[in-house]
Amino acid sequence: MTLASTRARRTTRKVVLGTAGIVGFLVIWQLIPTLGIISPEYLPYATETLARLAMDLRDLEFWRNVGRTMTAWFLGLLIATVAATVLGTIVGLIPFLRRATHTTVEFLRPIPSVALIPLAVLIYGIQIQAALVIIVFASFWQVFVQVLYGVADVDTVARDTARSFGLSRAERVRFLILPTALPYLMTGLRLAASVALILAITAEMVIGTPGLGRAIVFYQAAGDWVGVYSLVIVTGLLGLAINLVFRYIERKSLAWHQSVRGEEVL
Amino acid sequence: MTLYTSTVVVPRRRPQAWKRAGANILYAIGLPFVLLVLWGVWATVAPAKFFPGPLVILEAFVDTWVGPAFWTDVLPSLGRLALGIVLSVLIGIVAGTVIGLTRWLRELLEPLLEFFRAIPPPVLIPIVMLLMGITDAMKVAVIVFGAVWPVLLNTIEGVRSTDSVMTETAKSFALSRGERLRFLVLPAASPRIMAGVRQTLSVALILMVISEMFASSSGLGYRIVYFQRNYLIAEMWSGILLLGLIGVLLAGIFTLVERRVLRWYHGIKEVDRA
Repeated sequence: MTLASTRARRTTRKVVLGTAGIVGFLVIWQLIPTLGIISPEYLPYATETLARLAMDLRDLEFWRNVGRTMTAWFLGLLIATVAATVLGTIVGLIPFLRRATHTTVEFLRPIPSVALIPLAVLIYGIQIQAALVIIVFASFWQVFVQVLYGVADVDTVARDTARSFGLSRAERVRFLILPTALPYLMTGLRLAASVALILAITAEMVIGTPGLGRAIVFYQAAGDWVGVYSLVIVTGLLGLAINLVFRYIERKSLAWHQSVRGEEVL
Repeated sequence: MTLYTSTVVVPRRRPQAWKRAGANILYAIGLPFVLLVLWGVWATVAPAKFFPGPLVILEAFVDTWVGPAFWTDVLPSLGRLALGIVLSVLIGIVAGTVIGLTRWLRELLEPLLEFFRAIPPPVLIPIVMLLMGITDAMKVAVIVFGAVWPVLLNTIEGVRSTDSVMTETAKSFALSRGERLRFLVLPAASPRIMAGVRQTLSVALILMVISEMFASSSGLGYRIVYFQRNYLIAEMWSGILLLGLIGVLLAGIFTLVERRVLRWYHGIKEVDRA
């Protein structure tokens, strides 16, 4: 009883303080241009920006842009995840491939995906494919490396047990390798989801494929700074939503798992 | 007996060790070599406009980046990158330690920090540009604004999850606040912090390139886009290659530093596993 009530009090405290933090931030934001520390031309009032945001939410074109960004994000993430899971499982399970690809992977992985932007533009022009190249390249490695670790992490005792029980190859994949690799895959997926959003918006800003990123650049060129600020908030909210959803999926799908994995595997 | 073993065992072992080293090297460079050769053959058999062969790219690489361009474009970019990374890591660790150790501050800032971390960093470029103008400081600021979050949040998380028994022990041994920080809190948080630093590095590199693609008349990012717009394909590829090399170099340096900083931690893990 007391334990439950302390816990409830703690949660309330957390919510109250968290809300206070957000309100405090908004008040400071409102005060900076009001007191003239930064001219309202450069930093619009918080109230003005939020009003603009509310107006945007009733605008069809805004929702179309959100849809375009999320389509590129989703397609990129899907392609990267499927490719990385399949390739990662194959490479991870065959020691020869694992050894042979090691240096190649270690060299390709740190290449910043934005370096490929010019190439993607040359090949595809201002099309969604150009954005997809960059999104897929960046998020592929996040998942691939995690799957590689995950497949290799099968407990040796469990593996030997499965073998002496005469499990077939398919059964071993289903009951041994998949459960071991799943937590890793989920971590990779969560990381890839936020990386994919960053690159979807980057591609729209730099390449000019339609979406929220391009809208920001248009507003910037038009000197509509309130619009820029409100869209920045929107992208932040999108990122937050993606983080929360994927964290939720991760926790749900691993409810059976003893130790829901820490962040060290990053 | 000794004669027997020496004649039988020694000559047998030597070639095996050599063979193993040879196999390792073969495995390490085999696939990249095969891929490069395939690429080269393909580029000569069926020349594609946008995919020059590796030798052409190598030549363009030497022509483009070795010489004055190194000093005018590459070095300033690297300088900004290094400054941005150092500032991000320092700010992240210091602020993260303070926030992580103060409970009310942590609870006050948690939702805000989650939100700021979720903002895709490139969208900050227009805003930082507006506030600071197109200067070197702006490009460093963009890097810091985007790259500080992984270190900051991981430090908070790491500091918070310091083992409570150890904290109590340190307290009952009357360690001062500074000593506790130095010998307990920071080492305990360091695996998390290093995981954050790794993410910071890749975000910082991306932001260096984009900030130059976006608003600059020099630097690596600007150069690569310039080459692409002028259809200097081999030069563009050489820029991609250079960025790749920088990425690999950063990852290499990070691995060295991490191995040094987290030696004790890897040791513990090794023991745990055995």
